[in-house]
Amino acid sequence: MRTCLVVDDSSVVRKIARRILEEMAFEVVEAEDGEQALEICQRSLPDAVLLDWNMPVMDGYDFLGRLRRLPGGEGPKVVFCTTENDIDHISRALNAGANEYIMKPFDKDIVSAKFQEVGLIQAMSSESA
Amino acid sequence: MNQPDYDFLRKLLREKSGLDLSADKQYLIESRLLPLARKAGLAGIADLVQKLKDGSSALINQVVEAMTTNETFFFRDKVPFDHFREAIMPELLRARANRKSLRIWCAAGSTGQEPYSLAMCVKEMSAALSGWRIEILSTDLSQEVLEKSRAGLYSQFEVQRGLPIQLLVKYFKQVGELWQINPEIRAMVQHRQLNLLHDFSQLGTFDVIFCRNVLIYFDQDTKINIFGRLAKAMEPDGFLVLGAAETVVGLTEVFKPLTERRGLYRPNAAAPAKPAAGLSGLQKIASMAGR
Repeated sequence: MRTCLVVDDSSVVRKIARRILEEMAFEVVEAEDGEQALEICQRSLPDAVLLDWNMPVMDGYDFLGRLRRLPGGEGPKVVFCTTENDIDHISRALNAGANEYIMKPFDKDIVSAKFQEVGLIQAMSSESA
Repeated sequence: MNQPDYDFLRKLLREKSGLDLSADKQYLIESRLLPLARKAGLAGIADLVQKLKDGSSALINQVVEAMTTNETFFFRDKVPFDHFREAIMPELLRARANRKSLRIWCAAGSTGQEPYSLAMCVKEMSAALSGWRIEILSTDLSQEVLEKSRAGLYSQFEVQRGLPIQLLVKYFKQVGELWQINPEIRAMVQHRQLNLLHDFSQLGTFDVIFCRNVLIYFDQDTKINIFGRLAKAMEPDGFLVLGAAETVVGLTEVFKPLTERRGLYRPNAAAPAKPAAGLSGLQKIASMAGR
């Protein structure tokens, strides 16, 4: 089973993300900030990271930079998931090595579309009612 | 909703748009038409039907639009756009090397996500298309969705379903809460109101036709009729792209499926030539609806 690390300081957001990701057959690991997330990644790299930007201790942007410098750290697909929804933030994230970017609020359709985009799950064709 | 009202709406929709509702779609009618009735200051479906019977053509158009407008998103289903980049364009670039022009038609272009996805694909290939003229025509039954398409303005929700973030950054700009596709991409798409039930031979011939998720709403005779006219509107070596739930198989031989590319069809040179079926097919629908 593939793993997804959910990094967000809001337990509500982590819970929603967990439900969506488990439906998509991911094993979910949670972290409350970038530092916790980095410790988890140093022990074992996940397949995917769903990453908030603004968090105490270490924010998502700093975490991403450090993750990418770990041995094998270029492997995990990193999808930002944040209320920062302007072009400047998005461009900075992409330059720092993010694979995709979700602007909150999000739902299952968006997570699934973005995970398809980076090849974490297979594209499913939509059929109209 | 009572049965006579439902039957009246079914018949009206069939005549005006070809929409073929089965006998049990009351919920669909209610969910789409109740808001419209309220907006028009009417109490409910019964009053709306009465108003339609009085012959309010503006209201008839609104009803047809409300019932036929469908959700769409950028690069919907992904696969058709892979076909476009990997199969359709490379072959047509060879076949049209002298003419250096291509005509692409989105026959149910809706709010613009499909034609603009194709425009972005074309733009991304611009190195290979220097000196080429690529025309993208988007048509739809609904004037309202065409207006939205022309404006090229999308909600945050709409730009997050199917559109890779790199393309959002590259081809959109933020306008308040919304995202607007660049003027350069917008200028690549022409818009025109069109009902597929009516003659569209004036549009000329196309190299590529995307006709996705619209024929599923039509009955079998109407589908066959439209396929016949699409084939006439297509170059003999052109490509037809249908929706995931649609096929020509069992309906017509004017197109043949490409087995290795799901949803992709080409004109069938071996198909028996048939007289223009336009009118007879429509008369059939009208007479069925009038029963």
